[in-house]
Formats: sequence, structure tokens, C-alpha cells
Amino acid sequence: MLQVLIATGLVLAISAAFAAVLLVAERYLVNYGPCKIDINDGTRELDVRGGDNLLMTLKGSGIFVPSACGGRGTCAYCKVRILDGGGPVGPTEAPLLTPEEIESNVRISCQCKVRNDLRIEIPESLLSVREYRGKVERIRDLTHDIKELRIKLVEPEKIKFVSGQYVQLEAPAYRDNPAPVFRAYSISSPPHMDDTIELIIRLVPGGICTTWVFELLKEGDDVKLTGPFGEFHLTDADSEMIWIAGGSGMAPFWSMIRQMQHDGAARPCRYFFGAVRRRDVFFLDEMRQLEQELEWFKFLPALSGPEQGAAWDGEIGLITEVVGRHVQGDGEREGYLCGSPGMIDASIEVLKAKGVSDDRIYFDKFA
Amino acid sequence: MILAQPATQIEPGSALNLMIILITATLTENMLLTRFLGMCPFLSISRQLKSAFGMGLAVVFVTTCTCFLNSLLYWHVLVPLEAYGVPAESLKLILFIVVIAAFVQFMEMAIERVSLGLYFSLGVFLPLITVNCAILGTSLFMINKSLAGLDALVYGFGAGLGWMIAIVLMAGIRQRLARARVPEALEGPGITLIVAGIMALAFIIFQGMIKL
Repeated sequence: MLQVLIATGLVLAISAAFAAVLLVAERYLVNYGPCKIDINDGTRELDVRGGDNLLMTLKGSGIFVPSACGGRGTCAYCKVRILDGGGPVGPTEAPLLTPEEIESNVRISCQCKVRNDLRIEIPESLLSVREYRGKVERIRDLTHDIKELRIKLVEPEKIKFVSGQYVQLEAPAYRDNPAPVFRAYSISSPPHMDDTIELIIRLVPGGICTTWVFELLKEGDDVKLTGPFGEFHLTDADSEMIWIAGGSGMAPFWSMIRQMQHDGAARPCRYFFGAVRRRDVFFLDEMRQLEQELEWFKFLPALSGPEQGAAWDGEIGLITEVVGRHVQGDGEREGYLCGSPGMIDASIEVLKAKGVSDDRIYFDKFA
Repeated sequence: MILAQPATQIEPGSALNLMIILITATLTENMLLTRFLGMCPFLSISRQLKSAFGMGLAVVFVTTCTCFLNSLLYWHVLVPLEAYGVPAESLKLILFIVVIAAFVQFMEMAIERVSLGLYFSLGVFLPLITVNCAILGTSLFMINKSLAGLDALVYGFGAGLGWMIAIVLMAGIRQRLARARVPEALEGPGITLIVAGIMALAFIIFQGMIKL
């Protein structure tokens, strides 16, 4: 008995001694004291506690740099420029950066610790990224597997964004999902409706966030989202636009066309929308209505596998074939794409074959 | 087959004895290629020579220090306490793990604070090492061989050095393999394990040259 006690006591004593050493070390070695972060030449100054990585430190101060992997150093989305105080580029960052980026002080913010005062540069738009709380105002079925979510913003009450940008919706812990997760969805409401966010969400079987939206979320529920993020938006040019989308890739274009209508814009635009069957097409009546009102806008939905005998007077074939049939290889054009990676890659090929140059093709891939 | 047998008893702690310990630990009982310990980082971090070298350095550093610390703990704390009924044999495993984990954590913090350059070439590999069986194996073999003091220090250094030699060799081979036409099914870990096997065969030749 005594033997057991001595042995246990010994193990505990040695472990406790090491734990104490580590605690002391953490108190004095990892404590980098208060640090100042200067953002965009004094646009904002943060007083933070050093020791944590830059991504998390910024998040703690309400600046949300997009990150898909959550700070594990794999997605390379959280790039920022550190002008001063960043120290050498670490081995966990180097593989994610190009030589040009290293040259211009671009760093992976989740892999940079705040050890001293920093001077950093981030896209101006990120400073307007905030966390929003809202209430679900309406959930409606657009098709059998796509829902539209309308969220009324509560705090803050208004959001400023550009059509084509996305927000990250937070799915809370539920059932088998142990911790909140964030998923990105393009905003489908136009910017002029600045107290409301609409999202078009397609059910991903087994998806954490979509399952939550489809099975648990009800009208009147509170939701949290951060945003706006993203560089996908219309340019200032006035050449003809070719929009290509499939499924919930409708979202950014549904925002863009309504904003253009609101602004009284006029720019030639053909919108190709790909679906398999008739039941996968939505907003058909709304689009026909818009076509009536805006003589520069044309909506061309296409079915790749229509049901036998279904009433359908639109195009038939893969969306890429339909685009190939309609778009001529002449003149200045811009391509805007939103959909699955496969659809986007195929569409880029078609547009390039039609003489639209690489730098005039903009897309939002959701993987 | 034993090619060379020491003719006379060698004194513990003598220079010759330390030399034998070093060669044994590094070559004839190479931690990786004859014991197959520490395989996970060996397979995953041997893609580039530079990171393999960094990982190797980290292992050398940690085995040397933890082997010495553990020998102190075993011979000067656990063994004297055996008189009071403490089972040194059974406790060594759990205590060695505690020592290694604490030491690695501490060193990571200290290196990061003292030198960022060193941290980037060595420190980032340290957390990976906490769970490396080669480190624990070195300490346990050290006890099996009844090594203490300076002998233990040299044994730890030798074992780490052997591991480093093996991973650096492997990284060199894998960098060349990148341009070789490997059958599709064997790409990645498959061909690496085959290479490791061939290297192990080569190292097994050393066995029996010196016995510790």
C-alpha cells in the first residue's frame, strides 16, 4: 500500500514540478507584453497583447481576415502585408507564398506571431468586415434542394457591400456538430437593401451548415454572420457581359441584376443559367419580368437532361454547349462565372475559345 | 559475424568506450533503420533536404538532452528510491514521457524567445518530436544498456545523429526520386518504404561489427 502511495506521489511530484516550470516559462517567455498594430498607415491603431498569432489578434479586435482553414496554415487565404516588425518568413509560410509575395512583404497572418509593434496593410474592405447578428425573416423553397434565406440585420442594422461579395454564416453547435462552423455564401440581395441579407443555399447531403439550415433553422431564429468578403464584382467597363451560373450560383447575379435595375444601369448582358431538369430552375418568372423591363438583359436558362414531355421552351444541352451556340467570337466581352469548379473550368475554356481573354473572365468558385 | 571483438575490457567513461558507444548508437544500432523507430516524421518530413536537416537537428538536440536528463532521473532518483519499494522499472516509462514532453515544450518557448532564426530552422519541428517514439526509445535503450552520466549523453547524441543521417539520406534519395518514373501505385509512401527497406538492409551489415 505504502509502495503504491510513494510511487503515485513521486509521479505526481515530478509532473507537478515540470508543470510549474512550464507555467513560469509561459508567464515570462511567451508574454510579449502590449503591442501596437498600425493598419494602413494609421487608418486604425490597435493596442493588443502580444503572443498570439496575427489572424487571431486581429479577430479579437473585430477585424476579420478571411480564413477557410481556421488558422492552421493550409488555406493561405489570410494573407496580409506586414510592412514593419514581421520578422523573417517562417518555414510554415514559405511554401504558401510566391517569391513576388515574399518580396513585397506578404505574409500568412495565422502563422505570424505578434511579438512586437507591427505596421500592416490589409485591403480597405476588410476594415468594414464585421460580425452581424440578425433574425431569419423568411425561409422559402426555391427548388426541391435550394432554399432562400432572408435575414433581417439586428446589430449592426445596416451592411455596406458590393454585389458579388459573400458572407460567412455561422452554424452553431448542434447534434453531432460539436463546435460552431463558418460557411461562405454569396449575398443574393442587392446592396441597396442594406438592412437585409438574402442567401441562396443548396442542400449538400451531410453538410454541417446546410443540414442545419434545412432541418433546424426556423423563421424568427437568431443567426450570426461575418462579412462582406470577396473580390468578385462587376467592372466599370461597358462591353457586353456573359454571365454563367448553375444551381445556387444564381446568388451573386440575382444581387447584381436587381442592383443594376435599381441604379438604372444599362449594359448588354446575357445570363446563361444551367440546370438538369425543369424542377431545378428557379426565378424564371422574375427573370422574364426583368427581361421585359430591361431591354439590354437576356436570360437563357438551359436544361441538360429535361424530363420526357416536360413543358420547356428554353435551351436544351449542357450550359457550355449553349454558351458556345449563342456567343459569337467577335467583339469585346467580359465573362462572369459562378458555380461548381467543374462548371467554371469548362466555361472558361468555352469563353476563351470565343476570344474572351483570361483577364476578362471573373469567377467565384465554390468548392 | 563478429569482425572485431575488444581484446581487453574497456573502462567505462574512457575515450575509447565513448567512441564505441557513439558508433554503436549511430550506425550499428541506427534508431531508424535497424529499430524502425520514429517512422512517421521519417516518412512525412523527408521530402526536402532542408526540412529533413532541420528535423534531424531537432532530434539530435532533443535525444541528447532528454537522454541525459532521463539518466539522471533514473539512476539518481528512481533507483535510490527502489529501497523504499518504488518500482523504478515500471515508473520509468511514464516519467520519461513526462520529461520529454515538458522539455520539448520548454525548449520551444525558449528558442522562440531567444532566436527567431534558430526557431524557424529548429523550433517548428520541436512540437512534432514530443510524440516521436525514437526519443523515448533512446532513453529506454539507454537504461537497458545501463549507461549513465557522460555515457548516456553520448549515447543520446549518437542515437539522434544516426536518425538524422538516415532522414537526410532519405531526403536526398527522395529528391532524386521526384524525377524518377515510379509506378503509379507506389508513389509517395509506397516507394519511400521500399527505399527505407533497402537502406535498412545496408545498415544491418554494420550489425555485429561492434557489440555494446
